[in-house]
Amino acid sequence: MGVNRREFLKIAGISTLFGLGGKAAIEVLAPGELEARTEALPLTEGKRWAMVVDAHKMDDALMDKCIEACHREHNVPDLGNPKEEIKWLWKEDYHHSFPGQQHEWIAEDIKHKNFLLMCNHCTNPPCCRVCPTQATWQREDGIVMMDQHRCIGCRFCMAACPFGARSFNWGDPRRVMTVEKLKELNPNFPTNRDYPTRSKGVVEKCTFCTERLAKGQIPACVEAANAVKEGAMFFGDLSDPDSEVRGVLKKHYTIRRKPELGSGPNLFFIV
Amino acid sequence: MYDGGKIIVGLIIGVGLLLSPFIYNAGTAAKAPDPELTPKAKEAKVCVKSKAYMTANHFSLLDVWRHTVVRDGERYFKAEDGKIYYKSLQVTCMDCHSNKSKFCDQCHDYLNIDPYCWDCHIEPEEK
Repeated sequence: MGVNRREFLKIAGISTLFGLGGKAAIEVLAPGELEARTEALPLTEGKRWAMVVDAHKMDDALMDKCIEACHREHNVPDLGNPKEEIKWLWKEDYHHSFPGQQHEWIAEDIKHKNFLLMCNHCTNPPCCRVCPTQATWQREDGIVMMDQHRCIGCRFCMAACPFGARSFNWGDPRRVMTVEKLKELNPNFPTNRDYPTRSKGVVEKCTFCTERLAKGQIPACVEAANAVKEGAMFFGDLSDPDSEVRGVLKKHYTIRRKPELGSGPNLFFIV
Repeated sequence: MYDGGKIIVGLIIGVGLLLSPFIYNAGTAAKAPDPELTPKAKEAKVCVKSKAYMTANHFSLLDVWRHTVVRDGERYFKAEDGKIYYKSLQVTCMDCHSNKSKFCDQCHDYLNIDPYCWDCHIEPEEK
């Protein structure tokens, strides 16, 4: 028999007394090792990505442009059935976007307006807390990322997300290439041959275009919106006090979706 | 031994049946296929690592790449000769090795491996 529990606790207790446990031990035995692993990621160090949408400048046509740009970029299929809808970027009216900030006498133009919604990349993301495989997690720069390689399709994250920002692949998304009716809805699918599709049984959502950020580009929706109307959307680093988003947030009154839940959405709307 | 003759005949038939697939296929063993290089890959001469390493460990490399890209956001790979590569199976690897059926599938079929990469990642269009 090896060490039993009682003996182990005794040894652990005595070694702690002599300062041989935990971080101190690692510092003595392998100096610098622990430090190196807890360092921020090189690409994302000190960043806190956020997005601001100017609802005054947004109309349905422009939102559709943004949605199309996003869905083309990321090979998001239109499955022609709301029950199977895959959403990265979508439109929703005020009442459903901001249920806590709704009342009978809200201004007419706001009442009937659609808002461009996506994953809020929350500061305190509830989806990441429930994921059993860490297939979704928060990056150092605040982006709530998905690892499709690791997703087991349990859909806990979908239940946890209060914003409906996550979609499940009930079937192979590539069936749009074989079913005649879907083929018409998705011409040239996959539209971006440099980006993967998803497979059956995984959850997907907006990733703030991490693949574009890595190349120094801004998210596809922001690019598409600003190409038509300058200043319709902003994207930037909240941790930098001189950044454009911080300037915009300082200047305009903005609202967020369901702030009362405490998840800390990083998607702001100028209303 | 009662019914010895029947037992021995039965044994011979049984062993014969057991060995029949081996006898039938004897001498016709499929040759291990050789991965074919595209003109572009031939011209480049070097891959991201040595040929010996890539032959033996390409999947380990891909596994490290997918982990570091997706989870750590490190999207660039510095080869030993200093050249920087964008870490992507679909964009970088398959750009040179655009002949998937001759470069990947041949061997994978021979070894009866069916990697699920292509459930999501898009195969290059082959002419």
